[in-house]
Amino acid sequence: MSVNSRLVQVRQHVLKKNDVAARALRARFHEAGTFVVSLVSSPGAGKTAFLEKVLGSLRARYRVAALVGDLATDNDAQPLARAQVPVKQIITGTVCHLEAEMIANALEGWRLDDLDFLFLENVGNLVCPSTFDLGEDLRLVLFSVTEGEDKPLKYPTIFNTADVAIITKMDLAEATEFDAAAAHRSIQSVRPGMETFELSAKTGQGMEPWLNFLRCSQQNAASPQRQQG
Amino acid sequence: MHELSIALSILDLVEEEAERQRGRVAAVHLKLGRLSGVVKDALVSAYDMAREGTSLAQTELVIEEVPLLAHCSVCAADHPLVSIQDLRCPVCGNPTPDILSGRELEVYAIEVET
Repeated sequence: MSVNSRLVQVRQHVLKKNDVAARALRARFHEAGTFVVSLVSSPGAGKTAFLEKVLGSLRARYRVAALVGDLATDNDAQPLARAQVPVKQIITGTVCHLEAEMIANALEGWRLDDLDFLFLENVGNLVCPSTFDLGEDLRLVLFSVTEGEDKPLKYPTIFNTADVAIITKMDLAEATEFDAAAAHRSIQSVRPGMETFELSAKTGQGMEPWLNFLRCSQQNAASPQRQQG
Repeated sequence: MHELSIALSILDLVEEEAERQRGRVAAVHLKLGRLSGVVKDALVSAYDMAREGTSLAQTELVIEEVPLLAHCSVCAADHPLVSIQDLRCPVCGNPTPDILSGRELEVYAIEVET
């Protein structure tokens, strides 16, 4: 430090603006009783197919909707619309991740009181979304059996910031000689105690345990104890 | 490349603070945790690009990397971890999900010329 300068303490999180926006969203979601789940994965891990199945399964008993982030296209919103629930695309342009403010803008005009579940599908990217809080209750990180068992070791930060890991495309596990035990070891190594589900959106195998977990998480979040906290 | 978003956020934050302090900012001190999700070299490059043409064009970015520190419930002690790929106690090998530091992404001080 030069002799002619003084050090001023600032102590501010760099993404303070995003954090403030995320906190405001979280408060809105809780007040409305909307359980919010975000999804991150690399491109092609099967987020959209997974989400289509989840929306379709929940639709009978719950009011559900989704916001879908994509760099340039609305290709993901189209199959999701088949699940016959409200879906809105957020085109991020050159931005490689969703930010809390984008969610707030996309929700303009939506009545959250009318929603039990809201899903936020992030841009396909395992690096950038890790740093940005979206006000979600649950963050899922997905990776498919075709991506290799060591994916969590390659992207430890995103796995560490997520709550639940979902291994997708389990119908291809045998063909790709997927080593499930090794995958679980990788996950536990970067995020000890992480809840993990193996499933296939295509065949439906493994979907039920995951959906049970999701319904329980939503119920726990809605309990009075949680709302006080 | 979210490092550019991060660099722009740093500049915004420091510009606000500089106005309050009414002085030219010589340097920004940043704490960067190993689990912050931000790559130091990428951030330095992004910052160099982003500061051009702003009032902070001459402001240096000084990064202090914060190592990973975790609490081990078996040892009942805090230990630095060697790798973000292996969150286990370096002493007893028990899993250590309880991260005490290493997620920092914080402007902790600025140097203001007097």
